[in-house]
Amino acid sequence: MTELGYLWPLTGGLLIGLSAGLYLLLNGRIAGISGLAAAAAGLADDGDSKLGLGFLAGIIAGAWLAAALIRQSEIVITSSPALLIAAGLIVGYGTRLGSGCTSGHGICGLARLSSRSLAATAIFMTVAAATVFVTRHLLGVQP
Amino acid sequence: MTARLLASIVCGLIFGAGLLISDMINPGRVLAFLDVAGSWDPSLAFVMGGALIPSAVAYIIRDRRSAPLLDSRFYVPANRSIDWKLVTGSGLFGLGWGLVGFCPGPAIGALSTGRWEAVLFVAAMLVGMSLFRLSRRQRLPGYSAN
Repeated sequence: MTELGYLWPLTGGLLIGLSAGLYLLLNGRIAGISGLAAAAAGLADDGDSKLGLGFLAGIIAGAWLAAALIRQSEIVITSSPALLIAAGLIVGYGTRLGSGCTSGHGICGLARLSSRSLAATAIFMTVAAATVFVTRHLLGVQP
Repeated sequence: MTARLLASIVCGLIFGAGLLISDMINPGRVLAFLDVAGSWDPSLAFVMGGALIPSAVAYIIRDRRSAPLLDSRFYVPANRSIDWKLVTGSGLFGLGWGLVGFCPGPAIGALSTGRWEAVLFVAAMLVGMSLFRLSRRQRLPGYSAN
């Protein structure tokens, strides 16, 4: 995988934050993708499924357009199908139980100084790093 | 409603472009960022740092307004309690994220690449969300999921 530098991540991060900020000031809602995905799939009583679907369709189209026009992208996925399914199930269940993911807690929550989101972000970052440590350095899987 | 839907699509477009430009969409990069004991790739720290700036500005503006531009009120949670659901859910999310390097936003963005791995992950994620909803309903009859 090539060196990325910091300008691409910083620019992309600014765009993600701009999106979250606009969504708050226009629609009054948290741009949390797990919540929006649940709403889009009709799995959240408080979410608006049309708004969720619109946001998700926008994400897919926006990523596609950016890859076509701005930065060529090659993504690396080494996980087996079984691991992808297991991780997907855990992420789906966990983000609903914990009321948010990287975007809802990590970006929107921290930006509004929510102690609840700070705790959630500290927990999922720590557990994710620990999981990578165990799988890569103790079990020696996932190159 | 049309204006709100349009706003959702536009915000989604910007979000998706940000995910791709930052390479947050790339599980290999995410795992390298999480691999603090290996050849740590710090680049994704700039994604979080960059995202917090405009987002924080928006929340400051929000404090001076009674309603958003296109809706009658803000739907921002007021809950500040750190309970077992938050801790367990966030722990599970971190486990799944660390196993493959996909969290919900990037996984949905990666659908644009047509990679079957992204499709499989998102499908499983929606099943996981359904299981959560089912478990809530069975445990607490009459409970309306938050």
